[in-house]
Amino acid sequence: MKTPLSSILYVLASSFLGSFGAVLLKAGATRLHRELRSVIYNKYLIAGILTFLLSSYFFVLGVRKGELTVLYPTLALGYLWTMLWSRMFFGEPITKRKVLGIGVILAGIIILNLGNR
Amino acid sequence: MKGRYVTTAAVRPSFRFSHKQSVGLVFLCTFFGVAAQYLIKSGASQLHTSSVLDMIRIPSLVAGYSLYGISTALLILALRDGELSLLYPVISLTYVWVTVLSILVFKESVNAAKLCGVATICLGVTLLGTGSRR
Repeated sequence: MKTPLSSILYVLASSFLGSFGAVLLKAGATRLHRELRSVIYNKYLIAGILTFLLSSYFFVLGVRKGELTVLYPTLALGYLWTMLWSRMFFGEPITKRKVLGIGVILAGIIILNLGNR
Repeated sequence: MKGRYVTTAAVRPSFRFSHKQSVGLVFLCTFFGVAAQYLIKSGASQLHTSSVLDMIRIPSLVAGYSLYGISTALLILALRDGELSLLYPVISLTYVWVTVLSILVFKESVNAAKLCGVATICLGVTLLGTGSRR
């Protein structure tokens, strides 16, 4: 069974949203204090959880049809987005080693999708 | 009174994992991860609409995402204390388990490109881990 392009696009959308979820959770986590209020009224934390839920929604739409052998590893594209957002929002350095790692992940995703037949 | 108790509990010094414990915890998470994917894929296959209301009525989808949530929470704890260069290769094992599961249980097709692709992704995640200093 070939995995339809629509499924792959849903999973890519899910990984893109998921990386934003991670950014929001991190922004929320840095605003935590040792009291319950800072958890419950933390708008970044809430937005992060909602973004993750939306990301899960797209993932479910994606895996409805098609093969998990293709769809699940395709989620790894999220590492690319996470590296970019970490630089943009938290000023984390993009090292040569990180670029190499992301490059190898991208190559892996392309090779994997060549096997989608 | 109840709120006060929660506040006091939160002030207690938080625990820390040793590097070895972090690796063990992440290894455990990879199995939670593959179990969650099994449940999510099984549940999603039963879905015939794109309605959220239909999704939350499928028990294996709800169970799969609950497991995924627990596994993510444990992963965050382990990542906080552990060495990323050690943990990333372990995390990438989830891709291996999901591939094995898909082939054995869901009877998906196997070919050289798929296997080579997964191995390359695992290598990439490992490299990424060694490039992330804390």
